[in-house]
Amino acid sequence: MTRTVTDVICPFCGTLCDDLEVVVSDDGKELLEVYNACAIGAEKFLHSQAKDRITRPRMRQEDGSWKEISYDEAIEYTARMLTDAKKPLMYGWSSTNCEAQAVGSEIGEVVGAVMDNTATVCHGTSLIAVQDIGIPSCTLGEVKNRADRILFWGCNPAHAHPRHMSRYSIFPRGFFTGKGHTGRKVIVVDPRPTDTASVADVHLQVEQGRDYELLNAFRVAFKGEQLPDVVAGIPKEKIYEAAETLKSGRFVIIFFGMGVTQSLGKNHNIDEAIAVTRDLNEYTKAAIMPMRGHYNVTGSGQVWGWLFGFPYAVDLSRGFARYNPGETTSNDLLRRDEVDAVFVLGSDPGAHFPFSSVKKIYDRPSVAIDPHETPTTEVCKVHVPVAFVGVEVGGCAYRMDNVPIETRKVVEPPEGMMTDEEFLKHVLARVKEIQGE
Amino acid sequence: MAEYLIKNGFVFDPVLGIKGDRVDVAIKDGKIVETTALSSPKVIDAAGKTVMAGGVDIHAHVAGPKVNIGRNFRPEDKLFGYKARSGIERMQGGFSVPTTIRTGYNYARMGYTTVMEAAMPPLYARHTHEEMRDTPILDQGAYPVFGNNWFVLEYLKNHEIENAAAYIAWLLRATKGYAVKVVNPGGTEAWAWGLNCENVHDPVPYFDITPAQIIKGLIEANEYLGLPHSMHMHANNLGNPGNYTTTLDSFKLSEGIKPNSKFGRDQVMHHTHVQFHSYGGDSWANVESKAKEIMDYVNSHDNLTIDMGQVTLDETTTMTADGPFEHHLTELNHLKWANADVELETGSGVVPYVYSPSIKVCAIQWAIGLELALLAKDPMRVFMTTDHPNAGPFIRYPRIMKWLMSEEARKQQFDAFKHKDKVIDATNLANIDRELDLYEIAQMTRAGPAKSLGLAHMYGGLAPGLEADVAVFNFNPNEPYAPDDIEKAFGSAEHLFKAGVQVIQDREIVSNGNKRTLWVNAKVNENPQVMRDVKEKFLRYYTVTLNNYEVTGHYLPNPYVIEVDATE
Ligand code: SF4
Repeated sequence: MTRTVTDVICPFCGTLCDDLEVVVSDDGKELLEVYNACAIGAEKFLHSQAKDRITRPRMRQEDGSWKEISYDEAIEYTARMLTDAKKPLMYGWSSTNCEAQAVGSEIGEVVGAVMDNTATVCHGTSLIAVQDIGIPSCTLGEVKNRADRILFWGCNPAHAHPRHMSRYSIFPRGFFTGKGHTGRKVIVVDPRPTDTASVADVHLQVEQGRDYELLNAFRVAFKGEQLPDVVAGIPKEKIYEAAETLKSGRFVIIFFGMGVTQSLGKNHNIDEAIAVTRDLNEYTKAAIMPMRGHYNVTGSGQVWGWLFGFPYAVDLSRGFARYNPGETTSNDLLRRDEVDAVFVLGSDPGAHFPFSSVKKIYDRPSVAIDPHETPTTEVCKVHVPVAFVGVEVGGCAYRMDNVPIETRKVVEPPEGMMTDEEFLKHVLARVKEIQGE
Repeated sequence: MAEYLIKNGFVFDPVLGIKGDRVDVAIKDGKIVETTALSSPKVIDAAGKTVMAGGVDIHAHVAGPKVNIGRNFRPEDKLFGYKARSGIERMQGGFSVPTTIRTGYNYARMGYTTVMEAAMPPLYARHTHEEMRDTPILDQGAYPVFGNNWFVLEYLKNHEIENAAAYIAWLLRATKGYAVKVVNPGGTEAWAWGLNCENVHDPVPYFDITPAQIIKGLIEANEYLGLPHSMHMHANNLGNPGNYTTTLDSFKLSEGIKPNSKFGRDQVMHHTHVQFHSYGGDSWANVESKAKEIMDYVNSHDNLTIDMGQVTLDETTTMTADGPFEHHLTELNHLKWANADVELETGSGVVPYVYSPSIKVCAIQWAIGLELALLAKDPMRVFMTTDHPNAGPFIRYPRIMKWLMSEEARKQQFDAFKHKDKVIDATNLANIDRELDLYEIAQMTRAGPAKSLGLAHMYGGLAPGLEADVAVFNFNPNEPYAPDDIEKAFGSAEHLFKAGVQVIQDREIVSNGNKRTLWVNAKVNENPQVMRDVKEKFLRYYTVTLNNYEVTGHYLPNPYVIEVDATE
């Protein structure tokens, strides 16, 4: 016998689909099938079932081999590492629940750590732009129910957020959008001919690194002012035409991704994209939204927002919270040798950081908390496997539009396995003990 | 639990009618008791000091999505103001939008123990509850917003009060909400298309209903349910010259409706931050105070309570579910603008704002707020707020007390205005010599709001049986004082008890208290039509499933449920 769990939340990408159905064995120990998820989402669930999964903490030995240790030993190592360090980096926090983020934040406060999340290599630039100019945005349901002009800028949801287009942006039929995709005009701005571009009405193949110019040209075009014949590789006629398409919409939404946040111009690109959105509100209704990657990177920014007042790159090492991206961001700290221990949870910097940063992690006392074996666990001194959030334990996660959803536990974790939150609570208690000694 | 006896203080308590007499206050098992009920209490010497119940804030934006937008998009709000961790206090930062930890501590320092979050977007209820959970000491509840909700618009278009009530009961339960909040009824839905509803008869696009129908219908549904609090209103046309007529039109919609509530309130509408709704003139050049017209109405209508929304002349962060207003504001001041429209439910906007004493309009706004309170005949129906952080941060309450209690303090402020004469011309304040006393202050900050909230059985006074929320301030009302002494004394409580736990001792935070989250569970008759509508809207228009909508469990670690039975 099996049973089906409905309304399951996918803990993979910022789309945070909550309509999955998961078939589990009667004893709740085995996960058999996943319905409604995209391929990457389904893979995440099925991966938790790997028979060769590591279920106990391990410590790296002199000869490079792993030795299994107990959770107690892992807690002790972690607590000592964090208290001994002058300025530890506690990085990641994007693939875990808000409860774990909150406990981790308290640890960071007590030991004086720098807290940083994956926005540091992703949408951190967007967060800076929002601090410059604000952000007119909305929930994804507003897009589904109202939007008739969809602009994807430097993002490729067909691959990175596979169900985004069907659930929210291009295809769904909403209250005022009964015609579905036939009632919408889709524009893609991307130097690459992506799969997303192939379903668009218009693909503006901007020259690499020229996003700022093109965004600026849109603002000129809205006002009907003169443009040069070609801007950023796009003939001016096409720009005027696209600008007119946006202005004539009832509800415009701009989605943007790492193609603009991490290319030349960085936060200035996003400043300009938000200015485009502001301008459009003079003519019609318009909103803009970052396509957040990890399923709960948004949540870590929220938790730190209410606890410290900053969404990422929060330096607690002076006893109070400081925020200065460029100085308090992970890669800058690592490469300047400013942190002396590294704690990673809910991310894989080993795969995403530049090699020079990864080498610094390798050189330092380091702990990786992760259900998987990853490039990060390969360079850390201790690896603590934990239960999968959203599969083996629930907890809160924030979708890319900041909507909080409680993820579900669908199967039991392997016997004796801790969750992120449990492990962190033990570390916090131990840290306080050590400091009291 | 420890027993306490607060001895010899000058007590101000509208519930017992004590006006500064020396009375002892006894605390046992978290409640106020008769002094005879104590066996071996810890004695607190309050001789020469003022003793009041814990303050109750009926309207502040302290938790939830737009508050956090305000924090995250204003790093400058944290400059120079950070407080390091020490003792049991965690790190605290932020001025106009403080972190949750600072919110709890700063309210406690002013002797406040209960704070209502004024606008909770239902879809973001979890977020609001997470922040309240992480706000120490205070008892809190949150008001879900209803005035632009599609269910409400559709039911009230046909005046289906029973269905609207059933939906309200369902949504209060799903979001663990406390009261029915209405913000710019219809206008925020219109804003989803970039439009607005500017008066109570301006129809809502597509939905074929007017703000007047929404307001009246929600009052009726609120009374149908008999909820603890009345409908809580932020009218259309906020912040615009000449808007006082819209405000009066909105007030009038409550006429003839009687409260139906077992919770002891007398009003059917609470109108919030009335300062922003009391403007005459037809442009910013000739804007003037209409506080007198507004207060004439309020004073002669018992079924209405209001709060001030006092401008404090600070740099602050405005935030409201009134989306079109915030867009209007960013076009006026050209500062950064965040907007967050919420599917089927509501919207919101956030814009920083500088209330400068050198700007005529800001000074006029300052005067209007004070006029409202000083023209109040019944301080039990007019409450002190800043609509935190919209007109100013809540930490300025002691300063507002000073302005209300001292004509001299008001004169000093007038003298500091760049356009003093023009401000005096456009307002009535300079001609008002009333100085409120501490008893009236206790009405406006404790007993009054508690009663309006339907929480007079818990908060707002020092009668035996009430929650032992007690503040002791280093202020001797019988000795001469300078205006600034008021601000100083009431900004830093000497002692504070929350539900019988001493959370402040000798001005030090000594406990994080035992915070509770209040919500209202209204039982209604089964209503298959509403449940069908709910299912269908979730299936077709929401982007979360119905089964993932309700807030439960760890979001409210210490809930306090108020049961209401509307099945008869
Ligand atoms: S789109 Fe994202 S959240 Fe949805 S199923 Fe795929 S990976 Fe999961």
